[in-house]
Amino acid sequence: MATLTVNRPPQGGFSFENCRRNALIEGEANKVGCSLPSARKTGTTICGIVFKGGVVLGADTRATEGMVVADKNCSKIHYISPNIYCCGAGTAADTEMTTQLISSNLELHALSTGRLPRVATANRMLKQMLFRYQGYIGAALVLGGIDCNGPHLYSIYPHGSTDKLPYVTMGSGSLAAMAVFEDRYKPDMEEEEAKQLVRDAIAAGIFNDLGSGSNIDLCVISKSKVDYLRPHDEANKKGVRTGDYKYKRGTTGVLTKVVAPLDLEVVEETIQTMDTS
Amino acid sequence: MAATASMMQSFGPNLSAQNDLVPDWTRTEVSTGTTIMAVEYDGGVVIGADSRTTTGAYIANRVTDKLTPIHDRIFCCRSGSAADTQAIADVVAYQLGFHSIELDEPPLVETAAHLFKASCYRYREELTAGILVAGWDRRRGGQVYCVPIGGMLVRQPVSVGGSGSTYIYGFMDSNYKPSMSKEQCLELTATALTLAMERDGSSGGVVRLASISEDGVERRVILGNQLPKISTH
Repeated sequence: MATLTVNRPPQGGFSFENCRRNALIEGEANKVGCSLPSARKTGTTICGIVFKGGVVLGADTRATEGMVVADKNCSKIHYISPNIYCCGAGTAADTEMTTQLISSNLELHALSTGRLPRVATANRMLKQMLFRYQGYIGAALVLGGIDCNGPHLYSIYPHGSTDKLPYVTMGSGSLAAMAVFEDRYKPDMEEEEAKQLVRDAIAAGIFNDLGSGSNIDLCVISKSKVDYLRPHDEANKKGVRTGDYKYKRGTTGVLTKVVAPLDLEVVEETIQTMDTS
Repeated sequence: MAATASMMQSFGPNLSAQNDLVPDWTRTEVSTGTTIMAVEYDGGVVIGADSRTTTGAYIANRVTDKLTPIHDRIFCCRSGSAADTQAIADVVAYQLGFHSIELDEPPLVETAAHLFKASCYRYREELTAGILVAGWDRRRGGQVYCVPIGGMLVRQPVSVGGSGSTYIYGFMDSNYKPSMSKEQCLELTATALTLAMERDGSSGGVVRLASISEDGVERRVILGNQLPKISTH
């Protein structure tokens, strides 16, 4: 019993059915007087790279609240311990609180062991906490640092899975940043080369992703020092106005000038003390 | 072993989700799409896995190591949700390590498999984890135990798992013969994984192999351009 057309449910891939349906629904909605809900974006591009002698972490500095930029210069690279730093993408409050909690616990742990904390320890603590909350804590992190076993870099997802890799990117701009990494990453790069690569990767995220923007922050962690470069590169400078609408003094000619002094009497005087304790 | 859901067009509350500028992969959970395989031979086991981890349509990690050591001579192959399987493997590794120290001897593969089963079955509603436990111990030699989604436990001479496994059941059934040598097992696993990676979108990257025997664990990686060429078209 062959039929000319077979009714099959849509299998995936790009279905243009939705475009027609969306236009129809938008028409219906506009007729009634309401508009469709607007898009929301979770901004951010964060990335990290292992180079010869340490790790370089990078982040953009835009924090968005719906369609509005809430903070043009927020700091997304968080301190975990003197030798470990963590970039955070996702819900800003979640990344801030999570990194602070683990930083605090790690300091107590380090005092208890009497040793410099290891990156693997921070990774374990973060993944176990995020897994416990089953993904409801929206924190996607790039954890990097250097310890007695060398430089390490981890990416940690909100559900609690982690990957240990030589280069990682996270956030809505991660695809743009990963494209740059996949093209130019080489093992055992020098510090300057690594910084330039991370800078370019974040720049790719900033210019190609709506949710990322403003400046580029970098954090270079090596055995001897930690360079927290904020900002490393002001990728978006505020423009300078080329013209001015103010009139210069003397534009309007003064014809006559009359001065009339006002004689005023003091009627009432009261004192109110200010409490400056 | 992943269930493929057919996409039905739904209106109403899904409107905003489909109009979002936020890409889908930032919100979906990380899953190891996967093809995993484990084969017993006389004197040990051979295990293999692909290396792709996906979040939706984006490959989060293209060089994943899905062969996780649980103990010196016991490994597990992970498929399903990355977070769930990593968490379970960490828990079982701890429990097995503790048990082994109490016993003061290397643990049995059967013990490891039962520990996996206990976690996977107790939390079966909350977890998405399909695991193959494989290793060598002195009592029974090389063993492969299958703990699929739901928490069943069964010992099999050869087992495959993950979303790509459906494509290689036929190949496995027709090409596996009992009492193969280690090299034959390695070749069988590599070929089977290559075939699955060719056809399954959620499997890909490199082929990771490991052979476990009394002498220890031997790991190797077959890069993409070194994979066996099977199909001629």
